[in-house]
Amino acid sequence: MKKELKIFDRPENVKKFLTMFYISLVVLLIVDLFIPKHGDFPWENIPDFFAVYGFVSCVSLIFIAKILRLLIKRDENHYE
Amino acid sequence: MNNLIPPPAILIVGALFVPLIKGKLKSAYLLLLPVLAFVMLLKMPAGKYWVVHVLDYDLIFGRVDRLSMVFGYIFTIISFIGVLFALKVEDDLQHVSALVYAGSAIGVTFAGDFFSLYIFWELMAIASTFLILARRTKASQDAAFRYILVHIFGGLCLLAGIIIYIQNKGTIEFSYIGLDGMASWFIFIGIGLNAAIPPLHPWLQDAYPEATVTGAVFMSALTTKSAVYLMARTFPGTELLIYIGALMTAIPIFYAVLENDIRRVLAYSLINQVGFMMCGIGIGTALAINGTVSHAFCHILYKALLFMSTGSVLYMTGKIRCTDLGGLYKTMPLTCLFCMIGAASISAFPLFSGFVSKSMIVSASSHEKLVAVWLILQFASAGVFHHAGIKVPFFTFFGHDSGIRTKEPPLNMLLAMGIAAFFCVAIAIFPGPLYDILPYPVHYVPYTGAHVVGQLQLLMFGALAFTLLILSGYYPPEMRAINLDTDWFYRKGGRLFNNVVDTVLNGINAISDRLIARAIPVWLGRLSRTPVTSLLMLYVKATGKKDLVIEDLKGETRPEATTLLPMGVPVLISIVFLFSLFVLFVFLT
Repeated sequence: MKKELKIFDRPENVKKFLTMFYISLVVLLIVDLFIPKHGDFPWENIPDFFAVYGFVSCVSLIFIAKILRLLIKRDENHYE
Repeated sequence: MNNLIPPPAILIVGALFVPLIKGKLKSAYLLLLPVLAFVMLLKMPAGKYWVVHVLDYDLIFGRVDRLSMVFGYIFTIISFIGVLFALKVEDDLQHVSALVYAGSAIGVTFAGDFFSLYIFWELMAIASTFLILARRTKASQDAAFRYILVHIFGGLCLLAGIIIYIQNKGTIEFSYIGLDGMASWFIFIGIGLNAAIPPLHPWLQDAYPEATVTGAVFMSALTTKSAVYLMARTFPGTELLIYIGALMTAIPIFYAVLENDIRRVLAYSLINQVGFMMCGIGIGTALAINGTVSHAFCHILYKALLFMSTGSVLYMTGKIRCTDLGGLYKTMPLTCLFCMIGAASISAFPLFSGFVSKSMIVSASSHEKLVAVWLILQFASAGVFHHAGIKVPFFTFFGHDSGIRTKEPPLNMLLAMGIAAFFCVAIAIFPGPLYDILPYPVHYVPYTGAHVVGQLQLLMFGALAFTLLILSGYYPPEMRAINLDTDWFYRKGGRLFNNVVDTVLNGINAISDRLIARAIPVWLGRLSRTPVTSLLMLYVKATGKKDLVIEDLKGETRPEATTLLPMGVPVLISIVFLFSLFVLFVFLT
């Protein structure tokens, strides 16, 4: 068998990856301020609107899903 | 068009010879069929041909225009990829049913009349059922049974609509129908069931994860997208579809977040993606229809790629649950890469195919000033990245190390994934050729600064939410569980119906058996043997003259059960009984 990849076994690599990820987020926030926009809706032209919307969407997605789980979760052989 | 063979015929008739061919020749033959179908497509000019006159009707097997052509292309391309992926499968049942299934989907696409449409439609349902059955597990048998029942229901709705439509219009040709009257509603429900519109959707996430590794690839491509084609053909601009589509994009992503089975996560995201297409059909503008068709094209490729890469994991490890997987990038780096390309494409990352197709639908919604719909579509775009884009690769290939050490799948599987991945990237970088074959002229420019940065922000900050929630432990943990969906109604309801019918009908049966089938012959027998006593007993019972002593009466009457009883009495009683039955029969009918 070939040699295994192990890059994410080392915590410093995970840390490097996350740092790069956070930097790219900051870059996106800054770049957006200088982009000309002609959105169909006025709020599309607000700086960094999509960043906020994406973040809020995903957080609310998770929290609603957690509540939903309380209602719909059943045992794996519920239908047996 | 006598010099051309209809592409559905190539695949369906060609499939029947598969079991007769062995060895390497079989592989070549399997791959040749979709190639041949594709070559035929290239030679087919626009128009209506392959018209067969049956009884008083014209069956049109070749309605070729820009709309049907795009779907024809993608169905043959995905058939080739699917066949290549399944090349090493030593199960003729799967090869034959996959080819018949693909051929029928192409048949649906080019059918210009309801009769041939319906035949291909049902053939599709039957052939695809075998792709579930072929897994040969108890769970797949059960899922296949539910799958075919649901599709028979959908097919019957379609058939009912078709019959009423033909009654009303006097023709079996169809094109735009629009929601107007009973016929159109039945047809709408029939098509909508195959498109997995809620609440008719649960068959999809019930059945697809139970299909074989290679069968799921075909299924993810054909049934829903042929329904998308038909919906775009018959119900463009139907407002209801906008709202159904928006709901479809949003609801499944909550389920996808909670789901443990990776292929079921993909099934939910499939419904979510078809939601975008339904929405586009509902909006119905040229931009929206172009968006829908191009999104169907891209979606078939990246969804198949996702089903192939996760299917490869299932094939190599025998496991498919998030709770059982993790850390596979170490031994399956190529599969991991292909999965991530599929994930980036479904998430509509710039430079991946979803970006150049889905954006058209979202733009169409904002051009029409549909505020709520636009907000939901953007929410769903962030959400799909969250579950299909991150969750699927993360829990399969990264996440906690499951300790599983395996290797890459066989070369043919890698090649199939490679081709699909190539298309996902190539379409995104050079969308021109795809835009050129869309139904309407395209004026859309996907790569503008605002669009690229806005989309990147939406996705990356969605990813930030995922990262923070995972690191803080708030992310809902993966669990071995079932999440209730609308199939509860027929799975539990079916059992309830069975129990109720069992109790009630069998109860009535038992009672009537006791009271009528057993008691009446006994009573009649007694009546014919001892008529006077029996009648007197009846008389006594009826009038309540309990003080009459039977023995006293017996003395006053003829001695019974002797030869003195006239033979005519039992005969008379029988005749009276039969006559009363006859009277009853006459009055009831």
